Amino acid sequence: MSNFSVGFRTSGSVQVLELNGELDAHTASELEAAIQKCIPSSVRIVINGQNLQYISSAGLGVFMAYIEDVREQGGDIKIAELQPRVFNVFDLLGFPMLFDIVDSEADAVARFETASSQ
Amino acid sequence: MARSVHTLTIPSSTRYLEDVRRFVEQHAIEANFETKDVGELKIAVDEACSNVIEHAYRGNDENDIDVDIIVKPDRFTVRIRDRGRSFEQSEYEEPNIFEFANQGRAGGFGVQIMRRLMDHVEYRKRGNTNECCLTKYR
Repeated sequence: MSNFSVGFRTSGSVQVLELNGELDAHTASELEAAIQKCIPSSVRIVINGQNLQYISSAGLGVFMAYIEDVREQGGDIKIAELQPRVFNVFDLLGFPMLFDIVDSEADAVARFETASSQ
Repeated sequence: MARSVHTLTIPSSTRYLEDVRRFVEQHAIEANFETKDVGELKIAVDEACSNVIEHAYRGNDENDIDVDIIVKPDRFTVRIRDRGRSFEQSEYEEPNIFEFANQGRAGGFGVQIMRRLMDHVEYRKRGNTNECCLTKYR
């Protein structure tokens, strides 16, 4: 039984993925499937990590694998609401230099709206 | 506090990573490590076991991984042993996240995480057994 799940929501034109549980080498394929499911309809993706309890490098690798593809299509993967212990893993590898990581989901969604109005 | 040893053997499948994390968490808490250190030990051991599953055993889940915890008064060591392909430290290069993103590469960060979070990381080969020892000092 997997202890990880992804919830799907939309906020305007933005696809929000809510991550729950523990993201490791066993569950990373579920995140990958969720991102693949989004891409045909929206490359504006916000990851809400409020209920993400754990991440290992396998989870980080999924974001890594798709970020350039999504940006080349004019979109982005923005990451919001990470718990401090999960943010620390992103930070350890320098991910804040590569990804837009913000405090709240509303901020992340707003950044897409600001970008499209410019 | 005297030295204590705890042992867990798991099949070489990612489905058992959660069990390994719980095992490390339980004994690190019992050894009175701080919450931050407990979390760091969990992820470092997860990364080491994930590497064994992916690289040493190349995804074949019919092998075993031995995880031994050795607690001494001044340190917490986790020894991960396998009998698959050895990790060649000389061939390892620390990944560049920008290059990896451009190439759409999903992996390669485990060793970096282990080295940054642990005080000491050591690889050894004894006969046909590979050992990775991860140590955190108090």
